[in-house]
Amino acid sequence: MNAKEIRELFPILHQEINGHPLVYLDNAATSQKPRSVIDAINHYYEWENSNVHRGVHTLGSRATDAYEGAREKVARFLNASSAQEIIFTRGTTTALNLVASSYARSVCGEGDEIVITPMEHHSNLIPWQQVAKATGATLKYIPMQPDGTIEVSDVEKTITERTKVVSVMYVSNVLGVINPIKEITAIAHRNGAVMVVDGAQSTPHMKVDVRDLDCDFYALSGHKMCGPTGIGALYGKKALLEAMEPIEFGGEMIDHVDLYDSTWKELPWKFEGGTPIIAGAVGLGAAIDFLEEIGLDAIDRHEAELAGLAYDRLSEIDGITIYGPREGRVGLVTFNLDDVHPHDVATVLDSDGIAVRAGHHCCQPLMRWLEVSATARASFYLYNTEDDVDRLVSSLIKTKEFFGHAIG
Amino acid sequence: MQLDDLYRRVIMDHYKNPRNRGTLEDEAVTINLNNPTCGDRISLQMELEDGIVKQAKFTGEGCSISMSSASMMTDAVKGKTLDKALEMAEKFSGLMKGEPVEFDEYEDLEALSGVNKFPARIKCATLAWNALRKGIESSK
Repeated sequence: MNAKEIRELFPILHQEINGHPLVYLDNAATSQKPRSVIDAINHYYEWENSNVHRGVHTLGSRATDAYEGAREKVARFLNASSAQEIIFTRGTTTALNLVASSYARSVCGEGDEIVITPMEHHSNLIPWQQVAKATGATLKYIPMQPDGTIEVSDVEKTITERTKVVSVMYVSNVLGVINPIKEITAIAHRNGAVMVVDGAQSTPHMKVDVRDLDCDFYALSGHKMCGPTGIGALYGKKALLEAMEPIEFGGEMIDHVDLYDSTWKELPWKFEGGTPIIAGAVGLGAAIDFLEEIGLDAIDRHEAELAGLAYDRLSEIDGITIYGPREGRVGLVTFNLDDVHPHDVATVLDSDGIAVRAGHHCCQPLMRWLEVSATARASFYLYNTEDDVDRLVSSLIKTKEFFGHAIG
Repeated sequence: MQLDDLYRRVIMDHYKNPRNRGTLEDEAVTINLNNPTCGDRISLQMELEDGIVKQAKFTGEGCSISMSSASMMTDAVKGKTLDKALEMAEKFSGLMKGEPVEFDEYEDLEALSGVNKFPARIKCATLAWNALRKGIESSK
């Protein structure tokens, strides 16, 4: 794949920020959108917009086809058994909350365990804290190695026969590590627990096969994978989803409504109360088409190369600390520069047209584990190039000089 | 965008040599405030007596803007009446909105006027002042 050619397909990337060509390195927060995704959303609103699953009229059918067609694409993309196993949600957060509120609350009780890791994003941590508080279950953490990786032997020790739910991020949004999800899933299953995977950071960057992983639930966000904001999906094994109660009630999700009782539609619609995010789903479908055309393996290789290069080049800067291992990571590098606070780093980089994230990355427990209050993060995607790494490195050297001089 | 507009020498001096960094006795009014979006954190302590800010100290962690602002704020309000301190907080809000504000009482504060051009950093500069407001309100 040719990143420079791919870059041409993203309108937003062709602008100057503070007098410099934009270098967008905040892809782990949200990715940019290719022309084809923007066009698909426009086309939907210009030619197909209508409510789904109810209109007898032609537009109603077009909208329904577009919406359900997108679901088919997500199912195929994840290698799910059927589109019935794909619930559209607002994003990963909503998907994980659905599993926590519906599944976990119904199976957890006093003495049961929920197992997660200290590197989880708040969206895969707080829902489980809340389940633990409400049900009396215990929240347990798989310990981390000093380099931020997880040892399978520690997983073996943490998950027990009392464990009902294990939930782990496939890829860390801070450390960039790829967790051994398949192995963790096998251990969870051996102990009778279900496996939930936070796929927010993995789905955009690597091939995901939920049947190969054998996970029970898998959550993703559209906006991190070239799709629009406000759309995501939850994959769940059909038998589990069928046994689960909806957590949102209203239009679209019912079969029969009486004055005092109601029944639900079949999967997946019983979990999609209210008018769904139709244009968002259409945009997500277009994003999947786009990513598949380029190929996830090619994207994965390109990002690994950039991350390796960035890791090495940044390491050469005196006073830089990089978090997470060099190997086995996706395309992001989280770092700190001497005593310069990451906000100040991000401001200087921004003045050079470079967008990075600074802060706790919605991972406060992980920041405490790293013994820092905040970090800066450069995260790459398919349109980033070696030139972007060069620009990042020279701007960081400038930052160091600027603050070295200013603080003295 | 000129970095020197933001990172003026006065700011860097307060960042490097913070005034009033430390803690007061337990009976002092204590306000802990976070900036949840970025993780900046301040603990402001004040001795408020007879309607006057007798003493103000802070601890915390954050960027050069939030920490220098805390240093300036504590210095600026020390010895002032509560009403005067609140008036200065109000003036500081104006400064952040780009209004032409002068601080005759404590000119260093004017160095933070450049923050206005960096919208993402305004919340860094206002953290300490928000803590001041909360502290005075809680004492009423």
